[in-house]
Order: sequence, then C-alpha cells, then structure tokens
Amino acid sequence: MIYRETGQFKTSYAADQQIFPIRQDRIGIAILLAFAFVVVPLTAGNYWFNAILIPFLIFSLAALGLNILTGYAGQLSLGSAAFMAVGAYAAYNFQVRIEGMPVLLSFILAGLTAAGVGILFGLPSLRIKGFYLAVATLAAQFFIVWCLTKFPYLSNYSASGVISVPNVEILGYTFDTPQSRYLLVLSIVSLMALLAKNMVRSSTGRAWMAVRDMDVAAEVIGIRLMRTKLLAFAISSFYCGVAGALYAFCYLGSVEPDGFSLDLSFKILFMIIVGGVGSILGSFLGAAFILLVPIFLDIVLPWLSELLHLPVDSATVSHMQLMVFGELIMFFLIVEPHGLARLWQIGKEKLRLWPFPH
Amino acid sequence: MQFFLEVLIGGLLSGVMYSLVALGFVLIFKASGVFNFAQGAMVFFAALSLVGCMEKGAPLWLAFILAFGIMTLLGIATEKFVLRKMVNQPPISLFMATIGLAFFIEGLAPLLWGNAVRRLDIGLVDEPIPWILEHWNMVISKFDLVAAGLALALVAVLALFFQYTRVGRALRAVADDHQAALSIGIPLQHIWALVWAVAGFVALVAGMLWGARNGVQFALTFTALKALPVLILGGFTSVPGAIVGGLIIGGTEKLAEIYIPPVMSGIFGGNFGGIEGWFPYVMALLFLLVRPEGLFGEKHIDRV
Repeated sequence: MIYRETGQFKTSYAADQQIFPIRQDRIGIAILLAFAFVVVPLTAGNYWFNAILIPFLIFSLAALGLNILTGYAGQLSLGSAAFMAVGAYAAYNFQVRIEGMPVLLSFILAGLTAAGVGILFGLPSLRIKGFYLAVATLAAQFFIVWCLTKFPYLSNYSASGVISVPNVEILGYTFDTPQSRYLLVLSIVSLMALLAKNMVRSSTGRAWMAVRDMDVAAEVIGIRLMRTKLLAFAISSFYCGVAGALYAFCYLGSVEPDGFSLDLSFKILFMIIVGGVGSILGSFLGAAFILLVPIFLDIVLPWLSELLHLPVDSATVSHMQLMVFGELIMFFLIVEPHGLARLWQIGKEKLRLWPFPH
Repeated sequence: MQFFLEVLIGGLLSGVMYSLVALGFVLIFKASGVFNFAQGAMVFFAALSLVGCMEKGAPLWLAFILAFGIMTLLGIATEKFVLRKMVNQPPISLFMATIGLAFFIEGLAPLLWGNAVRRLDIGLVDEPIPWILEHWNMVISKFDLVAAGLALALVAVLALFFQYTRVGRALRAVADDHQAALSIGIPLQHIWALVWAVAGFVALVAGMLWGARNGVQFALTFTALKALPVLILGGFTSVPGAIVGGLIIGGTEKLAEIYIPPVMSGIFGGNFGGIEGWFPYVMALLFLLVRPEGLFGEKHIDRV
C-alpha cells in the first residue's frame, strides 16, 4: 500500500548489488538515520537517553554480535556477556595504562582483545557442536567473570573488581552530556551495523550460513570450517567487546564483573530469539523489545493491580517479569521462530498487496 | 593423605547429588531429544512445592506425593503446551524454548509459594558420622552419605524400570527412533508426558536433598549449572554416564578447590577461591576436545 518497487530497473551489477536495492527503502533508511541523528538529540529528555536509547543501542550491538555467531554461523553461545566484560575491562585497561591513548582506538583494541578471547573459546567448536558447544561456551562465561574478579591487575587493583571509567574524550571534546554520548554510541553502532550488513551479504556471510545449515555439507563443497567458524567467533566477540566497552564508558560509567553475569547472556540471547535469528534488523527489534518489556510491565502491573484490587509488591512484579520473559520466548519459538524481523517482513508483503490481494 | 581422602570422599558424595540432577536431563534427552535447560528450575519448583505443602500441615510423605503430583502436572503441561507445538523444529530451538521454560518456572514458583528462603527438615542432620570420625579420623557427613545412598538407589530403580517394565521398553524404543516407535503403536505423547513426570520425580528427589542441605531458595536453580559439565563428561544419553560424570566432577572439583588456589596465590598473590564455579566446565571442555561425545555418549556420525 505504502509503496511498490515497480519500474525500478537495474542496469548494472553495482546497482543490483547495493544494500537497499529499492529506492523507497533507501529513502526510508535515510529518514530513519536523520531522525536518529538530528531529531532525537534535539527533542528527547535525559531519562530517554540514559534509560532507554543508549542501552538500546548498546544491547543492539551486542545482539548483533551474537546474531552473527548464532543466527548466521549457527554456533549457539551462552557466553556473550563474558565477551562484553572482556571488552569493557580491556578498554579500561588500555585507557588507564597507556598515556594519551585515544578512546576510539582503545575501543577497537578492546574489540580485538575480545576477538582473541573469542577465538580461544571458539576452538572447541571445531570438535563439538550443538548443545555440547552451548555448554562449552558457559565455560567462557564463568571463567572470564571469575578471572576479572580474582586478578586485581585487570581492574587496576580496585576493590572487588569494580572499575570506574573516565569520561570519553575525543580530540579535546568531552562527551559528558547524555546527548553527546548518545550520538557517539549511535555513530559507532550505525557504522558497525552497516559493516555487519555488508559482511553477511559477502562470501564470508554465505560461508557462515552454509556452515549453519549443515557443516559437513559446507565442508564438502570446499568451505574451510576452521577458518569460517573461528572467524564467526572472532567477529561476534569483537562486536560484543565493543558493546561491552560502550556499556562501561557510555552507559554505566562504572561496572563490576558480576554485572556481566549469565543472566545478561540470556538476555542477549532472548533479544535475538525475539528479534529474529539471522537478521540484522532483528537484533535491533529484539533489543528494543526486551528492553521495553520490563519498563512496560513496571507501568502496567501496578495499574492493573489497582484496577483489580489485588496487592502487588515489587517482588511479585519481578517474578511476573520472569514469567512474561519465559512465556514470550516460548511463544515466539512456537509461533514465529524467525521473530519480529520476520513479522515485519510479512507485514510489508501483506501491505504491498493491500487492499486488493488478488 | 587423610585430608586428601576426606576431601575426595566429600567431593564424590556431593558428586552423586550432581548426578541426580544430571539424571533428569538424561531422561528427557534420551526419550525426546530435548535438552531440558529447565531441569534446574524444576528442582527449585519441586523443592518449593514440597516445602509449601509441608507448611500447609502435610507430613513429609504426603507432601512428597502432592509435590510429585504437581510436578507431573507441570510435566504434562509442558509437553502439551510447548513441546507438542514444536515438533519438527531443530533441537537448538527446543533448547532455547526450555530456557524460556526455565524463566517461566523461576517466576511461577515464588509467585505460588512465596520467595522467602525456607528450611526443609527431612529428619537428617548434616553432622559427621562418629564411628568414622573415631576410627579413621575423617569427617564424613551423615547427610551426604544418606543422600548419596538415596541417589544411587534411585538410579538403580530407574535402571530396572527402563530395563524390565513394559513402559521402560517403550521409553527405550522412543529414544531409539521416534518414527519406528510410532509405527509399532507406541503412543508417543503419553510416553513424553510420562518421561516429563519421571524427570519431575527425579527433580523432586534432587530438590528435597539439596533443599534439606542448603535451604530451599532460588540458588537451587543453579544446580542445573552444576549438572551441565557432568552431562558433557558423561554423555547426554547415558544414565551410567551421569553417575560416573557426577563422581568425577564432584571429586575433582573439591580437590581443585582445595589444592589449586594456594598454588595460584603463590604465583600471582591474592585470593583465588571459588574456582568451583568454572573448574568443572573447563575440565569438561578439555575432555571434550579428546572425546567429543563424552565418556558413554553415542558416537555421532554425520551424513550429508
């Protein structure tokens, strides 16, 4: 209904292979980016930046990382929070220990550190798969968090491993207002999302998907399993690492190892299940959904309890949250295993024909 | 040497408790190919139901039966509302669904029974056995010994049940091949419901023992995390594997906890306690590199 792509003929390979082949999509994305970069910073309040927008972007990035590994390469990981922790602590250490280290460079180095750790814990994926691998990634989760707690060097000898990061400063400009931090995070996330989108359309991405669909078959047609799987682990961990660094530097300001617990890993996993496994858009949709559900419940449940005259305390609300989370996961897996991204696609296709489907 | 033995035996006994939880995983995995991450949550739910019934004034045996009834209902509901709707989906989706189920149960249990930490008294005390203390000068907990005995008995009963009863044979048939089992007239859905009920029973026993030992609290769900390395070590499909894996994990974990941190402190300085959290995983991981299917798991052959 909104638009049709009729009449847009491609006359060159370049035109045919661009990211958004339909003109209206390009315009839509441009409007979305303009909105995010210009309108939002001008209008949104501090609560929006600190409690919703910045964490949304950071979790989207982490979900993107996990989606590359789980959605595209098919290697289920339950340790994404640990790789975020590696990123956060690595960025902190590069900042603190090297005088005059540019922040962006330390983010990149943090991502690379996380990638290195990711490769290390991805090695078992060459021998094992499926549940065994999922359980093996739990080893990364527990081991890394333990290391960060127990080696005081990693947190610069602070008590119980809590690190407080300095303000981000790039070329003399200090990112101390929520707006500026939002813009920084948004730039990094947009750039990395673009990279990811291109990566999954490239030969690398196709190799990942082949491995996901059936790794023996992929190997038979000449895909190097070791390289492909480890690359997926490395890139996924890179994304998670950068997300972790942003999490510490632009969102919380001070983090502790226990903040990167198994629960966080599950949360990121839920984001990609709800949003859409194997979809870049899905990572964003899922992050928004998982982030907004608790806020929504916080508002709705007390209101509902007043309506029904039932006493509801905060503990009950948190239990209800768990239940709703669990239910949502099961619901999505049963009803729409490809998540919100797929629903969006279906909706678009329906609307294309509406109101005359035949 | 004596101290070593004491630690080892303590570890082995607690390892049996891990086996108990791992057993629940194995049962469901064998019968339906579902890797049930919610087993830990089920342990929590079962223990809470047991305590809840006892608080309402039921004696232990009655509370046990009631809790078993509740677990059976939970199992049947899971089969009916979740698993049946997910046939033909890849196992990894089923696994993720059970993570969702775990969250659901973790929210539901305290909502039904309250979230205070409760003591569970099953008439066993956690004290050293005087006779062993006297003659061997070792501290072996009476509770651990009885719990381990109970766990072993349960395993034996289950093994017999699988081997010699009609239902047990049906269960094994389903485990081998769903389609073949269906085609000779085994009601698949009944069997699945049954298996979830049995897993619920195992969770109940595990919850009772763990709950009596550490109090009935949310931390019971973490027993699942303890059982996972046991599973990888023993293999997902093997009941004896769960037992042997539990013993290995329990023993080495306690030994590692005692002997490794001092060595590391010697090298790096500082306190390195709490390696129990990850040591079993790393050990299981290293083990997997050598034997990807676990000790007793079935060797997996890929066909294109």
